[in-house]
Amino acid sequence: MIVKDVVCPFCGCLCDDIEVEVEENRVVAVANACELGTTKFMGEERLKGPILRDGDGWKEITYDEAIRYAADTLLSAERPLLYGWSGTHGEAQCVGVHMAELIRGVIDNTSSVCHGPSILAIQEVGHPGCTLGVVKNRADLVIYWGSNPIDAHPRHLSRYTRYADGFFLENAFRDRKVIVVDIRRTQTANIADEFVQIKPGGDYAVLSALRAIVQGKTETIPRTVAGVTREQLVRVANLCKGAKFGAVYFGVGLTMTRGKYKNIRNAIELVSELSRHTKFTISAMRGHYNVYGSNEVNTWMTGYPFGIDFSRGIAFYNPGETTAVDILARKECDAALIVGSDPAAHFPRRCLEHLAEIPVVQLDPYPNATTAFCNVQIPVAVTGIDAVGTAYRMDGVPIRTRRVLSTDYPSDRDVLFQMYALMQEVRGR
Amino acid sequence: MNELLIKNACVIDPLRGINAETMDIAIRDGRIVEEVSGAAEVIDARGALTLPGGIDSHTHICGTKVNFGRYMSPEDMRAGRTPRRGPLHATSGYSVPTTYGNSYRYSVMGYTTLLEGAMAPLEARHTHEEFLYTPLQDTMANVLFDGNWGVMEAIRDGDIKRVAAIIAWTLRAVKGFGVKLTNPGGTEAWQWGKNVSCIRDPVPYFEVTPAEIIRSVVEANELLHLPHSVHLHCNNLGTPGNYTCTLGSLGLIPDLNRKRQTLYATHVQFHAYGGSGWKDFCSKSEPIANFVNMRPQIVMDMGQVMFGRTTTMTADGPMEFNLYRLHHDKWSNHDVELETGSGIIPVTYRRKNLVNSIMWAIGLELALLTKSPWQCLLTTDNPNGAPFVRYPEIVALLMSKRYRDAEFATVHPDTAARAPLPAIERELDWYEIAVMTRAGQAKALGIQDLGKGHLGPGAEADIAIYPLRIDEIDPSIDYRKVIEAFGRTEYTIKRGRVVARRGECLVDGSNATFWVRPKVSEAYDMGKDPDFIEKFDRYYTVRMRNYPVQEEYLNRNRCIETEAEI
Repeated sequence: MIVKDVVCPFCGCLCDDIEVEVEENRVVAVANACELGTTKFMGEERLKGPILRDGDGWKEITYDEAIRYAADTLLSAERPLLYGWSGTHGEAQCVGVHMAELIRGVIDNTSSVCHGPSILAIQEVGHPGCTLGVVKNRADLVIYWGSNPIDAHPRHLSRYTRYADGFFLENAFRDRKVIVVDIRRTQTANIADEFVQIKPGGDYAVLSALRAIVQGKTETIPRTVAGVTREQLVRVANLCKGAKFGAVYFGVGLTMTRGKYKNIRNAIELVSELSRHTKFTISAMRGHYNVYGSNEVNTWMTGYPFGIDFSRGIAFYNPGETTAVDILARKECDAALIVGSDPAAHFPRRCLEHLAEIPVVQLDPYPNATTAFCNVQIPVAVTGIDAVGTAYRMDGVPIRTRRVLSTDYPSDRDVLFQMYALMQEVRGR
Repeated sequence: MNELLIKNACVIDPLRGINAETMDIAIRDGRIVEEVSGAAEVIDARGALTLPGGIDSHTHICGTKVNFGRYMSPEDMRAGRTPRRGPLHATSGYSVPTTYGNSYRYSVMGYTTLLEGAMAPLEARHTHEEFLYTPLQDTMANVLFDGNWGVMEAIRDGDIKRVAAIIAWTLRAVKGFGVKLTNPGGTEAWQWGKNVSCIRDPVPYFEVTPAEIIRSVVEANELLHLPHSVHLHCNNLGTPGNYTCTLGSLGLIPDLNRKRQTLYATHVQFHAYGGSGWKDFCSKSEPIANFVNMRPQIVMDMGQVMFGRTTTMTADGPMEFNLYRLHHDKWSNHDVELETGSGIIPVTYRRKNLVNSIMWAIGLELALLTKSPWQCLLTTDNPNGAPFVRYPEIVALLMSKRYRDAEFATVHPDTAARAPLPAIERELDWYEIAVMTRAGQAKALGIQDLGKGHLGPGAEADIAIYPLRIDEIDPSIDYRKVIEAFGRTEYTIKRGRVVARRGECLVDGSNATFWVRPKVSEAYDMGKDPDFIEKFDRYYTVRMRNYPVQEEYLNRNRCIETEAEI
């Protein structure tokens, strides 16, 4: 059986044109997906059932036992942390928010260690953006800044930019210019029309220089800025001003390097400036397939996209204080629930040392680096493979994933809802 | 069986012509009935003013741009927050509250039905997700067609039936209620950084004019027999001298429907400006109101501005960019492929600012100069003119010349020379306010036959009881009491259940979503139209099969089927 128009639960591109061939409830072939998506659909070894740490080993337990353990652990915690959420569907994220509210915990998602700075910049200066199809149909100039889609978002180029057909472009490949800005010559740089190589840490200065040139202050620019020649900067600025529709896509190469959210603010202000001359947009290359959904859910339910602290009953937001890394590094957190992410693979050592000290429950289909820090791991169905749910693409377009396999694994939403129901019994409604 | 009896209610129910009669209201299983058994729970209203639940026919509460307004504004979130308490969830936000914040605050004011004014079809699922978390009101959404490629191509080809067919397919796919045009043609032009100046400017590439879009979509709307008329946000919002453009747009509209208006013109305050620039900016509420007075086919809403901080958000992307260039605060924009766009900026309306003062006056003038309250409904275009929590003040301003004069004394002194407000003596009465806040909305939206906006047997038991004895107070003098009472019901009853009491919400509800499915013939089913399918596949970035919003996204599913003429 071939299932068509399947939604890929890997990266923020959220490609929804995947064809998955299933035989005897196993995926045997995947068409249209990139290598990353194909690997996910073809599957890895999953945990068979919930496991509980037992001395140096693991003991198998039932779902009911695991859920009860999780509920008790979180209820008895003084400062529980509910972290992750980017690798699950929106319906589960909603239960997560209600749970955090009930137990007065902190709920944070992976954006606090990826595009959190981008969000802070947006909160200062706003965000002129658009859906991916607007770029596909119109853009004659695309800039990838500090992002390497060939490796991280492989189909971004073919579906939306470099290799995509567009309504208003006669010959999209020829008529669309691509500029790559990075500190090293990435694979994406090799397919660009113009490559701008910046010395590490120089993004802010280069953005400022471009803003000055766009404002007509070229004479203020020194001969080179962070390793980029004035000639090239002027050329890039002219390409931008001369474009009918320009689109900037930036990655963690801009958000997580020196300057952090100030880099993004500068990039957004460059785009706002260019909007006075022509049409320009800017957007973040979001990583996980539903990290943006987690920001959206948190926002409509609590008012804030990430890092929300319910310890005083109200929703309180102060990134740097109420974000997962900070709460772990300060050793405040005394129990953690991890859903749809792998902090042990990404967090600083100091945070992991504390994570090893406290009870941790993880919801994840696969054993991962965080498994080593867990007391209980509960395997769940994979959204987009054996669970259905809502995900938000990097540009905010919400898509309902499809199910291609039927398994007995419960979804994240189901497991969380049972946990929440147990907690409600204890804490009252 | 669940029974409730409200005794001694002083009822104003304009759709049934009832004006301040003391009566009992019997409720069984969520609906109003002739009588109930002796076992019914009893509420004694003690002669308090009792109205059908409030209906907001144009508000922005759920969806992509609303949520982005929250996302980009932690300062606004901090400005209004409440903790989790009993069955109630925590809330945040002042001008763009969280979904629970919207729902609870509207409920405390007696509102039971809300229409989200602008939903981009591609992102409709998001709006419906937020509806699920707006528990105490029934919801519905207007769908944006202002920059729809298929619609504009069909108009260019002179094929109105195809326009109707695309609207029918889309409404059904996205579970939408009504047809919205926001700056028709302008949102498409804005995807090139351009705009259309008024109704005769052609849209780049598509070569249709806003006037053609408005006329064609109005005709298509009637071919589909939709409950609501076309809902228009005119071109040229917010610019001095735009009233001529507004009059031109309204002048396009024939009288095509016997049951309701043929055009709903929204937030007309923002479209009633005179002058050639900001220096000679002035009110043109009089020509607009006079025009509407002569045309029963038009209903408008005020779009009242109130002083203070708020967040503006609209599908009108180019307008928001112009506003950004005036205010220099943060600016967000979000264009949606093949369909529409949106923009957001925070603003503060100031009494000391002459333009803002005139804007404030214009909204009130429109309501006071429009003879029939059925033709000018009370809104702020929440949150664009002001957050909806300011409605009680607007009610009081309309009911009290004394209050208006007191406020007028605090605005920019030159306002008197630019706006007719000080010369207007009219004070609206309770009946007119009931029309402008519920009955008029129900009629304009075409939902009175579904049991909305009135208290007759068979109606949904959505009721607001305000702590007011209208025989005891003179609203013209006691306007403070009016503000207080309309800000906090004694009881808000939703579907026969008390959901709010004296400023406190009591339950976690479950909303119903109203949407429309026009039945069209096989030949006009766009889901089977090869050209439509091919263009969809080539130019959208979402597969056609993944586009429709599934019924899983509706809590209580209230599908309205219509028999289309195509």
